[in-house]
Amino acid sequence: MAGISLRKLRKTYGELRVIHDIDLEIADKEFIILVGPSGCGKSTTLRMIAGLEEISGGDLVIGDTIVNDVPSKDRDIAMVFQNYALYPHMTVYKNMAFGLELRRHPREDIDRKVKDAAEVLDITHLLNRKPKALSGGQRQRVALGRAMVRSPEVFLLDEPLSNLDAKLRTAMRAEITKLHRRLDATFIYVTHDQVEAMTMADRIVVMKDGYIQQVDTPQVLYDEPANMFVAGFIGAPQMNFLDVIIRKTAGGFAAEYEGQLLPLPEHLARAVAGHEGRSCVLGLRPENFHERPPVDVDPALTAPVEMSVELAEPMGAEVHLNGKLGSHGIIARVSPRCRARTGDTVPLIADLSAAHLFDKETEIALRTGRPAH
Amino acid sequence: MTITTEKTAAGTGASLAVRAAARSPVRTAVSKRRRKIMNTLVAYSFIAPNFIGFAVFTLGPILFAFVLAFMRWDGSNPMEFAGLDNFWRLFSDRVFQAAFWNTIIFTGFVVPLTLICSLGLAILLNQKIFGRNFFRTVAFFPYVASLVAVAVVWNMIFNPEFGPVNMILYTLGVDPSNLPGWAADRHWAMVTVILFSVWKNMGYFMVIYLAGLQGISAELYEAADIDGATPWQKFWRITLPQLAPTTFFVSVMLTIQSFKVFDQIFMITQGGPGTSTLVLVYHIYNQAFISWDLGYSSMVALVLFLLVLAITIIQFRWSQRNEGDTA
Repeated sequence: MAGISLRKLRKTYGELRVIHDIDLEIADKEFIILVGPSGCGKSTTLRMIAGLEEISGGDLVIGDTIVNDVPSKDRDIAMVFQNYALYPHMTVYKNMAFGLELRRHPREDIDRKVKDAAEVLDITHLLNRKPKALSGGQRQRVALGRAMVRSPEVFLLDEPLSNLDAKLRTAMRAEITKLHRRLDATFIYVTHDQVEAMTMADRIVVMKDGYIQQVDTPQVLYDEPANMFVAGFIGAPQMNFLDVIIRKTAGGFAAEYEGQLLPLPEHLARAVAGHEGRSCVLGLRPENFHERPPVDVDPALTAPVEMSVELAEPMGAEVHLNGKLGSHGIIARVSPRCRARTGDTVPLIADLSAAHLFDKETEIALRTGRPAH
Repeated sequence: MTITTEKTAAGTGASLAVRAAARSPVRTAVSKRRRKIMNTLVAYSFIAPNFIGFAVFTLGPILFAFVLAFMRWDGSNPMEFAGLDNFWRLFSDRVFQAAFWNTIIFTGFVVPLTLICSLGLAILLNQKIFGRNFFRTVAFFPYVASLVAVAVVWNMIFNPEFGPVNMILYTLGVDPSNLPGWAADRHWAMVTVILFSVWKNMGYFMVIYLAGLQGISAELYEAADIDGATPWQKFWRITLPQLAPTTFFVSVMLTIQSFKVFDQIFMITQGGPGTSTLVLVYHIYNQAFISWDLGYSSMVALVLFLLVLAITIIQFRWSQRNEGDTA
């Protein structure tokens, strides 16, 4: 049993506070990913859990014990470092066996565990090599193997894929997910890459400036971001934001964007009822722009818009149109059949059933209930 | 704009070359060779000032000493060819033999002791301790201070009758008749010069070790923390292997330095009492500039050279065998 609780956890360097009393409950065997831009405190949080950084305030609880002052080696954790941190003077075998040797495990026991882990990770043929003679991907596997042999309750992974090339990264993503299922342990994973977070996590913790912004499953984060930061951070290309004013119309409520009324769906309309004239930010994801009216959306919740294209990026399966909608820059994701070129003005249909609305001052999402789809 | 210009220039150059080649392949080959020779001469002209100095003041005298080793010469009368006479003299020269073994003993103690002390100091002064920079300066000071001055102070501190070291030993209960005579005692003189040498040089090698220590990735220690290593295990299993290239460099430098020690001995014991601290370079000095037996002293110098060369080759072989362990 190794649930982890962060209770009002704080980290300060002198006067500078980098982690602000964060609370987080991580369930046993959960795959949780801390994500956020550089300097958001995600790595510091992980290092506090690892025992590599002193905790300035609050409690860290693993299982039932407060471990603030427990040294790393007694926390039953293993860690995979961003630069792997393999011991350069030891062979792969020695690297993996080191932790067990220090804990005075019997020799046969060590040998069996190292070889088992090597087999799972497909690095048996590398056991006698030194890290210098390995590729980045192989080093990554050794670093994972070193963590695995000790069969800890908790695995901490600090941007483990950031030094790999794009193709290898995609492959390792799937492997780490499989490894999590196989090892049946708690995984805490830090990354700045929202794609990694979306594809691997049971739950994602979005952080910014030492505060937790939102904790939820990837789909909920995507569909119901708590604020503009989360809305912008999760999803690629990122969500488009338009400055709008709330208006009451015959059918309900609408967001007025540079003279055009964009109808609001029920769950947003309820949230802004009685706030006519209020300035808000409307969020529309790039895939909410279509070339043809979408079949599964109520036509009353769509609006025709005109986009002047500045750049068309063909991605193969889709085209990303970068350009302007009125005075705001937006990105629309359309089908590869779209022939729009730089300088063209294309008519698009905005699907407002999936729109998001944020308070302009606090940047907090305005909604009551869930979106209809 | 610049890029376009360069491109055009390159293009023009290339097309000219192509045209020239088409006209006369032989002439192009000749001019190519001439250009290559010019380039080589220009390169040599850059290193010439340094190389001329080296040739006149270092390489020449060394080669001359090799020749002298097979000559008889007192510096004023004409040289005579001596064949291997100087070499055979080594075997009957008891002073040479004493100097030879003294040099081996001196090196045998100074190298490991300085290694241990400088590494210990470096590790200590790599910690975040109060007054770290002050203590680093203190440790480095003997190395930069004038040898003459520190040797005088050292002789005062270790004076057998009035020096504070013996006073402290006396206070600690050492019998006055057993107090070491340090530089004045033939049994303690070697200990004194060894201690002096270690103390004088450890600051310098501490700085080299500090650089080595700071080159070790902090992540390795963090990984070791999580693997469950104690500070002692971290030292033996990570710090020491990671410092292997530094240790190799330090030990080679120290070995060479110890084999050619002269000034420290000159300042503290002048090789005495008797021959108890007489080392090879001191013997060379005595033979060359006291006895004016330049041929024989060159032969001793040749032996010293071969000794240092042999040991350095062994050290290099040994390090090559362990190569790849640390990178």
